[in-house]
Amino acid sequence: MALPATADAADAILRVEHLCKYYPVSRGLFQRRQLLLHAVDNVSFEVKRGEVLGLVGESGCGKTTTGRLIARLTFPTTGRIFVDNADVSKIQGADMAEFRKKIQMIFQDPYESLDPRMTIFDIVAEPLNVNGMGNLEEREQRVAEMLSLVGISPPSAFLFRFPHELSGGQRQRVAIARALVMNPTFVVADEPTSMLDVSIRTGIMKLLAQLREDLGISYLYITHDLAVARYLCDRIAVMYLGKIVEVAEAEEIIKEPLHPYTRALISAVPVPDPAVKRPVPTIKGGVSKPINPPRRCRFYERCPVAKSTCAEQDHPAPREVSGGHFAACHQL
Amino acid sequence: MRGLSQNWAVFRESRIGMLGLIVILLFGVFGALWPIMINTVWDPLIYHPVVGFDPMLLHPSPPTKAHLLGTDPIGRDILAQLMFSTGREFLLGVLSALITVVIGTVIGTVAAYYGGFTDTFFMRVADIMMLFPFIPLLVVVGSMVRLTFFPFAIILGVLGGFGGITIILKAQALSVKVRPYIDAARVAGGSSFHIIRAHIIPNVLPLSFLYMMFNVTGAILSEATLSFFGVLNIDMSWGMMIHTAEAAGYLFDFGKYWWLWLPSGLAITLFCAAFYMVGRGLDEVVNPRLRKR
Repeated sequence: MALPATADAADAILRVEHLCKYYPVSRGLFQRRQLLLHAVDNVSFEVKRGEVLGLVGESGCGKTTTGRLIARLTFPTTGRIFVDNADVSKIQGADMAEFRKKIQMIFQDPYESLDPRMTIFDIVAEPLNVNGMGNLEEREQRVAEMLSLVGISPPSAFLFRFPHELSGGQRQRVAIARALVMNPTFVVADEPTSMLDVSIRTGIMKLLAQLREDLGISYLYITHDLAVARYLCDRIAVMYLGKIVEVAEAEEIIKEPLHPYTRALISAVPVPDPAVKRPVPTIKGGVSKPINPPRRCRFYERCPVAKSTCAEQDHPAPREVSGGHFAACHQL
Repeated sequence: MRGLSQNWAVFRESRIGMLGLIVILLFGVFGALWPIMINTVWDPLIYHPVVGFDPMLLHPSPPTKAHLLGTDPIGRDILAQLMFSTGREFLLGVLSALITVVIGTVIGTVAAYYGGFTDTFFMRVADIMMLFPFIPLLVVVGSMVRLTFFPFAIILGVLGGFGGITIILKAQALSVKVRPYIDAARVAGGSSFHIIRAHIIPNVLPLSFLYMMFNVTGAILSEATLSFFGVLNIDMSWGMMIHTAEAAGYLFDFGKYWWLWLPSGLAITLFCAAFYMVGRGLDEVVNPRLRKR
């Protein structure tokens, strides 16, 4: 499988090569074959320094698993992840602390990602605390600094409150402050706005964009919302059943989607005009489960342009169609 | 999580919990009166709970002005015994429940966090502990070695700690373990020890505290039972008082010598019930679904 976009390897803060994560599915008493759920299946991509890569796909397509693999919350079945050209799976001991400082994660649900028994100060200072960074005074200063950076002000009014005293948007801001307190260079943002009210969502998105400008952080931005991805991301990768089916610049993928799945996704974005006639849905059926998937294009059952060759060959490798635009489809 | 004052407000709403708390407080006052009484009003020669003797009366004597709850078969004041024992019951109950809860919390969280062999091992131990009939076992142990107060409290605590409480606390720890803030702590670089200590245990602790209340009840009932069988080397306790009456043969005339067994029996019942009721009240704090709105 060709590696998408390897213009300059040294340029990449994150490089993922042939990443696979298979989960064993508990089998019945009389089942012989071990069933594997292919959550992430042979995925390769890279994120350049200072870049925001959007990972878009529907529920269960493996985008969160990809994020968790990168943050080392779970370990890949096969494949490798490089951060700053260092193989993540080989990191040990003191380098591990360095790795944790470099890569942080923002979680989806701000109601669940903050320990309800900790004060805001303890939550934001925890990364400093466990990594032994600074003394108490320095930590306090740093936490206050981060809180005002994410728009929690005045910080002193919030330091000794508990998460339940904060609104959803404030909680997510606290979670962002916590993720950024160690000055990471790369942040995995796992649908940070999907659990928030629409009214608050824009504020958080603007904050993330602002922080990227100010601190030069790269993001892997996981979302199911193409509009959010378009707003925040430089490039977008579309995932389907554990596979990346298309990668391109954000505007290009929205305007000229190549893969039939991406096209269907984009046609599903609502148009704010009641006179617009909706196109007939181009794909049929629902997402199948990626449990021991047959050796053919993963999108075959639902694809409007599928031909018999799509069923005969394995899932296609992404192919560069035009400059920096990769798509995985036999029919292109 | 709510603050302490809010938790207190929820607890106060629970009548059963408040009733239990009031009864416990009354027992506390009652027990605290003992050192004052023996040092001021009562003559230690007559009113000592173990070696006291009143030469003026025929024993066991029914309640009189001098002995408000009467005397036992060997001439000791029942009220003095009751008061003296109260503090000891508190100590025994709280000490053994504390040991139980500390062991149960640590094992439960560790088993939940690491899973695998650790988990299987401690859960099977807990199964065995739950199946094992403790009272007969302790009767045998008590007849072999002389079980004094503190070793007995520790044995009770340890046996309880490896038992059913670990299963309950492990279940709770399992539900805490999968919360995103545990992942967040891991991404922050927290070690397993840090995650267990700073995140899992604090979130399991309310339930531990709740079970501590129920364990106080269990410990005191065990003590009373074993004292009644006379296998504990404890000089005085509520169970011991009933044992004294029984050993001298006064328990057969059920109503006739009521002052020998009723005060201590009632004290055991009330005391255990009070801790149980506080536990029920705390249950409503810990478990929001039980709360009335």
